[in-house]
Amino acid sequence: MIPLTWSLALSAVLFTIGVVGVLVRRNALVIFMSIELMLNAANLAFVSFAQQSKSLDGQIFVFFVMTVAAAEVAVGLAIIVNVFRLRETVFVDEINLLKG
Amino acid sequence: MVPYLFLGFAAMLVATALMVVLHKNPVTSALFLVLAFCSLAGIYLLMHAEFLGMVQIIVYAGAIMVLFLFVIMYLNLKHDIETGVQTAVRRGLGWAMGGLLLLSAGALMARGWSLGPVNAELPAQGAGNAAAIGRVLYSRYLFPFEITSILLLVAMVGAIVIAKGRKSEGGEDE
Amino acid sequence: MAELWGNAVFQVAFWAIVKVGIILFVMLTVVSYLIYAERKVCGHIQARTGPNRVGPFGLFQPLADVGKLLFKEEFIPAGANKVVFHIAPMLAVFPAIVTLSIVPFGPPPVFQVTDIHVGVLLFLAMSSLGVYAITLGGWASNNKYALLGGLRSSAQMISYELAMGLSIIPVILEASSMSLNHIVDAQAGPLQLYGMTISFLPNWMLFKPHLMLPFVIFTITMFAETNRAPFDLPEAEGELVAGFHIEYSSMKWALFFLGEYMNMLVISSIAITLYLGGWRGFGPEQWGIVWYTLKLAAFIFFFIWVRWTFPRLRYDQLMNLGWKVLLPAAVVNVVIAGIVVYWRTHS
Repeated sequence: MIPLTWSLALSAVLFTIGVVGVLVRRNALVIFMSIELMLNAANLAFVSFAQQSKSLDGQIFVFFVMTVAAAEVAVGLAIIVNVFRLRETVFVDEINLLKG
Repeated sequence: MVPYLFLGFAAMLVATALMVVLHKNPVTSALFLVLAFCSLAGIYLLMHAEFLGMVQIIVYAGAIMVLFLFVIMYLNLKHDIETGVQTAVRRGLGWAMGGLLLLSAGALMARGWSLGPVNAELPAQGAGNAAAIGRVLYSRYLFPFEITSILLLVAMVGAIVIAKGRKSEGGEDE
Repeated sequence: MAELWGNAVFQVAFWAIVKVGIILFVMLTVVSYLIYAERKVCGHIQARTGPNRVGPFGLFQPLADVGKLLFKEEFIPAGANKVVFHIAPMLAVFPAIVTLSIVPFGPPPVFQVTDIHVGVLLFLAMSSLGVYAITLGGWASNNKYALLGGLRSSAQMISYELAMGLSIIPVILEASSMSLNHIVDAQAGPLQLYGMTISFLPNWMLFKPHLMLPFVIFTITMFAETNRAPFDLPEAEGELVAGFHIEYSSMKWALFFLGEYMNMLVISSIAITLYLGGWRGFGPEQWGIVWYTLKLAAFIFFFIWVRWTFPRLRYDQLMNLGWKVLLPAAVVNVVIAGIVVYWRTHS
């Protein structure tokens, strides 16, 4: 049985690393990966609460979060590929004109 | 033994997550993220969520990250070159925000929310975690399950339409 | 020492390590002799003898091959990503070996390292991880042909993973469990078919009509997952200048091919466990390992036979087959298997 405090602390640290990644990096793909880190931090929190309260609801929600994350990654990467085709860049600083 | 394993996996998770954010080459970031997902799957196994641990490797490390790697290799990205004062200011602000977030999380945890009753053992895993999840997923959560399948269908169609581009740019072959 | 031995966890860990060591040793030897077997069978299919110079009947050929590979020069291309270049061949072998830890080679608990509740999912997870070896090997070589070969191969592998997973589901439905031991136990005794008992056939999943098509689908995806002919476009010598392993030489190349043959062995083991009754056969239970070996040998011979019989599939034909033929067939099969199992438990 893993103490709840430990896994929640780990989840908070992981979430913070994800937030820092989104704010600090310029590459759209690395920003996307940091978003995945944040989603996984939330998943970890769900699973630790499911372990602590002995109910499976937390794990079911993680199942749905994983599915939604997969769908989001597919669509997001398609958008990034399209933007790269138009702008020749994936750096979010340089994608600052709405005119396509 | 379990706490040591948890500490080991947690250390690997934090280290690889930091490398994802810090490393310049996007492919190496993606590979570190795969390692992070695998260590997270190990943590799920320690928390008696075997089904989720395996699904984490199958879906996240085995499918989503492969998709990431495909796109990174297809776009043929080089190292990120980041110079200039604006970059340094933005980076400093980013790390400051991260530090603030961590401090607030620490303050919340130090206050100690009610952790609730702690039982030493989980109830006997006779049928296993997967059977238990299946029983709940297909009875109480059937409606979200069906909606999720429609969501995946919409995402699939959307991804193909978006990635294909307009007719003037030609199609994208696999 | 005595009190260490008395500790139950230590005993379990010790025997697990011993079994892992034995399995690794045996499997690595089998893999190196698989290469010899392939060349011999290939030779006879092509109306020639195959290797017969080194030792009696050419039986020391693998030793000669290993010797040659050890002494070859290792060449790392300029501009290659050194770390990933070194890791990629290891990634080819590692997932296959991990799967060997749950396969029951004989009646448990002696002949199996461990059994987990989600054994089939572990196999699917490891086959998902096997995609990385080829993708990274192709990318790390800093070579256009290698990159194209690597991307093609990984696209092929992830496309066929879907059909493979879906074709395993009817077996899980039939056995009501994802644990490999339970699946093998569900195949004990004579054939139980829709309420009748046919005594001269064993109760293997293969002989039940609603599971025959999933077996065919699984066999076809087996070839695609291991990049074997007729799906070996990404690695064939004549295509794309040998694809993802152009820049690999000596032991790294050997590791890639060790990984491919190990993959073949492992996926055959899983096919035997899921569809062909695992270690079950006639006679006492202790003969389980013999039956397992016979079935494995038959499957490996089938692999080699198919490779030297069928022509290669073109890439678009390959993707067509995976997405438009196998995937819908597997989905329909899941529905049929579900109906059959429901009818059986509710009538």
